[in-house]
Amino acid sequence: MAFIAVKAEHVNPFVTSTMETFSKMVGTEAKPGKISLKKNAVLNYDVSGIIGLSGGAKGVVSLCFPKASALRITNKFMGANHSDFNPETVDAIGELANIVAGNAKKGLTEFNIQISLPSVVMGANHQIMEPKDVLTFIVPFTTEFGEFHMCVSLKSGTP
Amino acid sequence: MRILLVDDSSTMRRIQKNTLEKLGYTDITEAGDGAEAVAKVAAGGFDLVLMDWNMPNMTGIEALKKIKGDAAMKAVPVIMVTSESEKTKIIEAIQAGAANYIVKPFQSEVLQEKITAVLNK
Repeated sequence: MAFIAVKAEHVNPFVTSTMETFSKMVGTEAKPGKISLKKNAVLNYDVSGIIGLSGGAKGVVSLCFPKASALRITNKFMGANHSDFNPETVDAIGELANIVAGNAKKGLTEFNIQISLPSVVMGANHQIMEPKDVLTFIVPFTTEFGEFHMCVSLKSGTP
Repeated sequence: MRILLVDDSSTMRRIQKNTLEKLGYTDITEAGDGAEAVAKVAAGGFDLVLMDWNMPNMTGIEALKKIKGDAAMKAVPVIMVTSESEKTKIIEAIQAGAANYIVKPFQSEVLQEKITAVLNK
């Protein structure tokens, strides 16, 4: 496979996929903010759904939420009314990340990306740390149920 | 009408179950991976299987191939419900015998339409 440099435009399929996933499956509009490079920013979240990417590009896509947003969004997604985190909430966060990553693949066919099963990280004010040699892009999203971040770390395969 | 829902995500099973119940299908059994699905289909009695692709232990496509490769199970229609959206994956599933293919994210109306189409064949 030819070497393809990772650019900010490669984040666009994940942005589109997030908007589509929230529109179709959560039933709410997710409005993206400006894409930025994470660099040394310290960002804290309460729950994050993480999917590993492999194939022609390697990396991670994550949906990272504060607790209030996570509960309101997953309750809408599932048709539930949970007031605190539980196994169903955790599963829903992982499934949202899974759908976003899976759907984004169709916009990244040049990389022939495969996705992992979802992992969910929980813990008040946790941080997601990426390797230093990988570009990490952050896209803030706003919804009627609160805010969240989508983070994409991508590194091209070996030339 | 007895339907088997196969997905490692309890959320997706819940969403699909809610949709099926709105359609009037209430005899629903759940399985969390492909191996469990094959065992349940082999035991008999199902009229439809809704199958995820990416699952631990045995993937949905592996389970589909096992079901369609077995004379006693192959008549049971299987709809793939998956975030695998590439054409090659869709073709692979249809060639393996999938009755239809639903890509996540989907609106509940799409799920309803495709289930109804398969059951009315």
